[in-house]
Amino acid sequence: MKHVKTLNTRDYKKSVVKGGCGECQTSCQSACKTSCTVGNQSCENKNK
Amino acid sequence: MVHEYKNNGYNIVLDVNSGAVHIVDDIVYDMIPLIEEDMDASDKALYEALEGRYDMADISEAASEIRQLKEDGALFTPDSFEQYVDSFTKGKTEHPVVKALCLHIAHDCNLRCKYCFAEEGEYHGRKALMSYEVGCKALDFLVANSGARRNLEVDFFGGEPTMNFEVVKKLVEYGRSLEKEHDKNFRFTLTTNGVLLNDEILDFANKEMHNLVLSIDGRKEINDRMRPTANQKGSYDVILPHFQKAAESRNQQNYYVRGTYTHYNTDFSKDVLHLHDLGFEQISVEPVVCDPKEDYALREEDVPALLEQYDILAREIIKRRKEGRFINFFHFMIDLEGGPCVAKRLSGCGAGLEYLAVTPWGDIYPCHQFVGEERFLMGNVYDGITKDEIVKEFGRANVYTKPECRECFAKFYCSGGCMANSFHATGNINGNYGIGCKLQRKRIECAIMIKAAESS
Repeated sequence: MKHVKTLNTRDYKKSVVKGGCGECQTSCQSACKTSCTVGNQSCENKNK
Repeated sequence: MVHEYKNNGYNIVLDVNSGAVHIVDDIVYDMIPLIEEDMDASDKALYEALEGRYDMADISEAASEIRQLKEDGALFTPDSFEQYVDSFTKGKTEHPVVKALCLHIAHDCNLRCKYCFAEEGEYHGRKALMSYEVGCKALDFLVANSGARRNLEVDFFGGEPTMNFEVVKKLVEYGRSLEKEHDKNFRFTLTTNGVLLNDEILDFANKEMHNLVLSIDGRKEINDRMRPTANQKGSYDVILPHFQKAAESRNQQNYYVRGTYTHYNTDFSKDVLHLHDLGFEQISVEPVVCDPKEDYALREEDVPALLEQYDILAREIIKRRKEGRFINFFHFMIDLEGGPCVAKRLSGCGAGLEYLAVTPWGDIYPCHQFVGEERFLMGNVYDGITKDEIVKEFGRANVYTKPECRECFAKFYCSGGCMANSFHATGNINGNYGIGCKLQRKRIECAIMIKAAESS
């Protein structure tokens, strides 16, 4: 495309099918104890 | 839902419901709201709406690209996830799986930080140290309630956990003894103010702690104002060499220096950069959460300056990384390609379900921020969870139960934010902590701008 550059992102819809394994970290645990962020976490599902 | 914004010379378009991120030129940026309003708008109508700012040929070409994105499911994607919320939350609340514990090893502290939500380590209660027996019961509880989850997180927290470090060491040993038998992998974290962080503790931490969280606020005068010792002296000179040694000994990985900014340092980008200049590469500095009546509380009128600070910081981080000086700022971390699945994005931080806090005497709360709030006492390590209604209350909370979140572009990045912040600001875990949300949205915008900058 000439006018648009799209960054590579995970398709949320596809993640519905193989998601929810729960092996990822809890959101607040990793560094910040008063600010929940989820989008920074890495998926740990080996079968995604 | 589409969110467009300009930052650092980039036009950025977020397709909220697919997660797609586009960097676009001015013509597409200007046309997207017009097409979102009228999907069937003709090129001529678009030309007229744009008041001759662009050529007709360019408009036709840009419109065709926008429509192609829509066809590819990367723009104007409808929200189709609300239908899954019930099934996600039902399973979670009926068969809760615990995967992380915050162990309050010591309700006591050797610093007197003015903003401490633990009230100088004592959490609205008495001074206490966790015994080895209570700690073992907590780890047993975690293993017994973790179902098939293999990776289990345990944070040694306080107060100041190094004031009870012999118990920490023995609990790590006990945890390791459970791993093989139960096919579990413990990831331990130590959160410390650094006063007692000597070689012995550091060696142990480097061997056993998956992560180390080191509390320091930034510049000496900023740190010492809010983080004095018990006899009201500054802590900066004591803790800094300990932290520098710790960061180097861990090869600048698997640790964070973390600070808190308040009304007294609304120029907090200087604190982040000060920490970087001191040699720290993994940095987290976050807004204070406290009673709005406190003199150091962030105020609505501070917000514009705070938002600008994130812009300044984002630009400086890009610059420093380009120069080969690596810096990772926790609140600008975003994993676009390998980030969480929708189930995780819908369910948030997991407090009250997957993540629980345990007091020195074994009481269980939804998270460390609720410790001492008796309404949220859920059970204890001996009897397990005795108040299922609290599990259900936290399990049901998600971006669709929070009215402000439903319409927010950031909902799948922050997942509804911190329920403790919401509770303390509004008295309701489904409430909205306005200042926190404004800062969160800005951090997400900056984080994605950095991705855009580093992709070009």
